Amino acid sequence: MAKVLVVTSGKGGVGKTTSTAALGAALAQGGQSVVVVDFDVGLRNLDLVMGAERRVVFDLINVVQGVAKLPQALIRDKRLENLWLLPASQTRDKDALTDEGVGRVIAELRSRFDWILCDSPAGIERGATLAMRYADEAVIVTNPEVSSVRDSDRIIGMLDSKTVRAERGERVEKHVLITRYDPARAARGEMLNIDDILEILATPLIGIIPESQDVLKASNVGTPVTLNNADSAPARAYIDASRRLMGEEVAMVVPAERKGFMNRLLGRRAA
Amino acid sequence: MSMNLLRLFGGRNASAPVARERLQILLAHERGLLGQSDLLVTLREEILAVVSKHVALDPDKVIVKLERGKSVSTLEVDIEVPNDFDKAKAAIQRRMAG
Repeated sequence: MAKVLVVTSGKGGVGKTTSTAALGAALAQGGQSVVVVDFDVGLRNLDLVMGAERRVVFDLINVVQGVAKLPQALIRDKRLENLWLLPASQTRDKDALTDEGVGRVIAELRSRFDWILCDSPAGIERGATLAMRYADEAVIVTNPEVSSVRDSDRIIGMLDSKTVRAERGERVEKHVLITRYDPARAARGEMLNIDDILEILATPLIGIIPESQDVLKASNVGTPVTLNNADSAPARAYIDASRRLMGEEVAMVVPAERKGFMNRLLGRRAA
Repeated sequence: MSMNLLRLFGGRNASAPVARERLQILLAHERGLLGQSDLLVTLREEILAVVSKHVALDPDKVIVKLERGKSVSTLEVDIEVPNDFDKAKAAIQRRMAG
């Protein structure tokens, strides 16, 4: 049974695209067939984070409008043969996405893949509501910071009311993914801790991604962080989260950087 | 260095509890508000439907407001009824056709 999972947040810049790429790659590394779909019409970036920006020919809107067939628009990842990308349009009017058209594309993707990961644009407008519209599950990306938590709460309300599942009286399975977490700062009371966030959002946790330079390094070179350096702390956290999505029981820990002897001597200033 | 020592002993920089409390208060309020706006939309549509059976109305001139007080909340329904029903009805029909 194919699963449609929306990666959403309300707030921009919290790591939706990074998380979509990393979770998509991690699921594919785990043997699943995966497509990541960019819903950010006009501001596409998933292609760039996946390193496929020069291979985009057709996009989601072309497929919705019937200009291109789905197989013509799908881009196969160069590193993982069971990972695919459906890019967003960069120029066209975002009203070109229709509920009915998106429904058709999602239905066709369901017949081809195990996982359909929808990378939502920020905000609560049309693009964001269409990205979540057909979702079975949702990953709500949240930073340990007040504005992000507030927007996540709003998005959770929308997942419970504006999705096809909600309208049918069914549930969208929701998970919180906390990104840019700094355990040391949380321990000092300088940052909301995991329990605070989960209590406020009343939604179960799927993973904790520690703040790390490896995330920027990976996007610089256009490789999902789980492929770029699978041993890095954020990559291990994303891989754990992907295993939980597949239904495995994985102990919830915040992976730490594995520091070399010199780095340890020099402390965090060295990082 | 002295700042670090202060931090160790005083815990003065513990701003997270403030964040947590502000969020809890804000979200309790916002969750209520959002539920309320849905209620108002439903009320407005249903009131409009009932009154429109008997009187021609301009849908834009039906205003439903809910004000929350400490012990009592008031529901205010303001419907502007045109004096010349037939003319108003014709006007509305023209507008809908155009």
